[in-house]
Amino acid sequence: MSLSNQLKNQHLLWRAGFGPAVEQLDNLNKTSPQSLYKALQKGSSKKPQYLQAADNYLQGLMIGIQDVGRLQKQEMTPEQRKELQKKSREGIKSLNLYWIKEMVNSDAQLTEKMSLFWHGHFACRNLNVFFQQQLLDVIRQNALGNFRDLLHEVSRSGAMLNFLNNNQNRKDHPNENFAREVMELFTMGRGNYTEHDVKEAARAFTGWGANARGEFVFRKFQHDDASKTVLGKTGNFDGDDVLDVLLEQKQTAKHITQKTYRYFVNENIDEKKTQWLTDRFYKSDYNIGKLMEDIFTSDWFYDEKNIGCRIKSPIELLVGIQRMLPMKLENEEAVLLLQRVLGQILFYPPNVAGWPGGKTWIDSSTLMMRMRIPQLINDNDEFNVRPKDDDDQMMGRPDEMKKLGKVGRPINAEVDWSEYVNFYNKVPREQLMNDMAGFLLQTKKAVGAEIISEYTDNSSKENFIKTATIQIMSTPEYQLC
Amino acid sequence: MVIIKRRKFLQLGSLATASFMVPKFLKAFEKVDRVPPGNKVMVILQLSGGNDGLNTVIPVRNDIYYRERPRLGIERTKVLSLTDEVGLHPALAGLKELYDDGSLGILNNVGYPNPDRSHFRSMDIWQTGSGSDEYITTGWVGRYLDAQCHGCDKPTYALEIDDVLSLALKGEYAKAIAMKDPKRLFGTSNEKFFKDVLKNHKNDGEETVDYLYKTMSETLSSANYIYEQSRAHPSTAEYPKTELGNGLKTIASLIFSEINTKVYYISLGSFDTHVNQQAQQQRLFTELSDAVKAFSKDLKANNRFDDVLVFTFSEFGRRVSQNASGGTDHGTANNMFLIGGALKQKGIINPMPDLNDLSEGDLKYQIDFKTVYATVLKNWLDADDTAILGKKYEHLSFC
Repeated sequence: MSLSNQLKNQHLLWRAGFGPAVEQLDNLNKTSPQSLYKALQKGSSKKPQYLQAADNYLQGLMIGIQDVGRLQKQEMTPEQRKELQKKSREGIKSLNLYWIKEMVNSDAQLTEKMSLFWHGHFACRNLNVFFQQQLLDVIRQNALGNFRDLLHEVSRSGAMLNFLNNNQNRKDHPNENFAREVMELFTMGRGNYTEHDVKEAARAFTGWGANARGEFVFRKFQHDDASKTVLGKTGNFDGDDVLDVLLEQKQTAKHITQKTYRYFVNENIDEKKTQWLTDRFYKSDYNIGKLMEDIFTSDWFYDEKNIGCRIKSPIELLVGIQRMLPMKLENEEAVLLLQRVLGQILFYPPNVAGWPGGKTWIDSSTLMMRMRIPQLINDNDEFNVRPKDDDDQMMGRPDEMKKLGKVGRPINAEVDWSEYVNFYNKVPREQLMNDMAGFLLQTKKAVGAEIISEYTDNSSKENFIKTATIQIMSTPEYQLC
Repeated sequence: MVIIKRRKFLQLGSLATASFMVPKFLKAFEKVDRVPPGNKVMVILQLSGGNDGLNTVIPVRNDIYYRERPRLGIERTKVLSLTDEVGLHPALAGLKELYDDGSLGILNNVGYPNPDRSHFRSMDIWQTGSGSDEYITTGWVGRYLDAQCHGCDKPTYALEIDDVLSLALKGEYAKAIAMKDPKRLFGTSNEKFFKDVLKNHKNDGEETVDYLYKTMSETLSSANYIYEQSRAHPSTAEYPKTELGNGLKTIASLIFSEINTKVYYISLGSFDTHVNQQAQQQRLFTELSDAVKAFSKDLKANNRFDDVLVFTFSEFGRRVSQNASGGTDHGTANNMFLIGGALKQKGIINPMPDLNDLSEGDLKYQIDFKTVYATVLKNWLDADDTAILGKKYEHLSFC
């Protein structure tokens, strides 16, 4: 059986973006995946805007510290330092919400989705909002560009250098953390190099650091400029040279391609297809845009087995709902709370390996929570779940976020249903349920219409549309894309 | 399978032959020793945020301790004295009683090589049982669950008293259930809509869909099971009205039932005392001490104290020196409390930290925490610790 263009288009929109938006509904069965992909590319052709979350006060404080002379935090008074940390945490929250808004509203779906992928690949926990917004910008600017540039720029970012302790990597006292993760996680993957390679690479990165503003600093006197041998290549390498040695290894292209395939196509690798992609990715000198085009324009991407088989990450789920049901949240931080209880907070990956994804998103608590979110949004349910402490974020202070999770507090979202309801107005009532399930779900079989119907408000067509939508979104099937 | 073992116990018990034939309603009369002794349970109490071990088990004769902590050091006259050299934090009166009673063990200097000072990362290391240079996506209790519960329909071998499930309890195949209150879990998962959706589903080869339905089905049946069990023999003892008190009371009620749970997990925090440590630690220790005291008393009264092993841990200890804000910063090795009626080693089990031998101002670890895991897995839960931890660790002899 050949699949409908509508299903394929939805598949593309969920994988190359955050799912169809309400204004796209009308077009989904009128266009082909090929032209839709062209439109997605066009939407992502502009340079992304810098997301600036540090407010004026924080900027001023930062500049003030620079004027004093030395940039190290130790030079601050305890009050300044405390204030800076607090403002920085708030800044990261704002950055989170700004980015979510881009994911929901931007036409550059491909850029934002790809950026979320790299955000997990170059996973970095850092409480300095300047570092975080800088790294995010590096990622968004290069998300569809060249992996070589992306890798070099990320490796020179204050966020990553600090997170992986490269400021402590000095000649004669090497700290191998940075070099190890670059090889294990960012490029080749475990098992493709020796401990000796790590040691030698670490020497090449000595002297690489960043100042308090996150600007790259090369500390010449801490750099070991003697000869090193990494993966059979010998030279007086610095960090950039080692990154190029790693990129020269086809294994890097393979590692990145396989990870991409697992994320965008199917958790189960198809060796032949990833080999084909790897060859082309390597030959193109790591052109990410071309790799994604290879994936999204291949026939096999639209194979039935690749559709609806992926568990949405919490971010994909939350953004996806908001794209279909535009809403105003009385308290935007509710989105942060939901990220937390579902296990994916932007800028707080579990560790440098990123979010493992797939089935690890799901346990009894998160699954039940996911299925209750649409009800929460629709105000039928109370939010009575409290997130765990996050001591890295809170630094021993009371957690404001927990207040949000107080028993009985609803999320208070104001959904703008007009366009959505309007779209279905022309659909005859008996066909409605099927159509809605078709637009909302990617699985082969939807949950039975009879069951959904038992839980709808049939007093008017409009109420039926709204309540059926909420119920369909409250099913296990909606967790998949 | 442990369930089968439990049935065997029932058969061997004094009332056993009869009890097989007694109708269920009559079973309610056999109040005492309903669950036969020997059915071991472990309770893991996580002290989140990095508890300051040096102000928990205090070296009262150590000049370095008082020198490094002129403001924070607790005077010898104020501590709850255990030995001539060692005292407990004044708020830990409940633990002092357990010590006097022979039901408390203290392991000093527990940690791991190349310690990480990030809360999240170090907690990750403790919860997964990894080295500091590896990233594992399953928890150590989760892997225990995988080994015990492969293909079972109710993953209730391990329960966490919380709204959110910790990584420690997530296995590759099986994941534990997290709940704060059996009744609430029962309420939310018994929403008719979810039941209807579940009833209507037929597995038809879409792997991830089936996986979600399997999780949903396990959640719903576990919710019923846990709720039923929690009401079978609810604890009638007095507990402090704190979150930990309520949580331990729930655990006690489940321990008194016939539930198949072997591991309970509960957290208290935050112990991240960078500022104003004294007040914060005092408050948290009071909550800890009162709740643990009520719990032990309750278990004793119900003849289950010998079957329960409680241990505490924190992701790291704190630096030896106080900081400038009346607190301490992130450190390394730390102590663990062991509590139970059947401890084979009691009191202060190994030497106190050597403050003369520090690593850049931090304690050096002597015991890898994974040897503690190996010990409880093997000796207490009768599980294959080597398979679960991926490596053979030495066994300690406290249980």
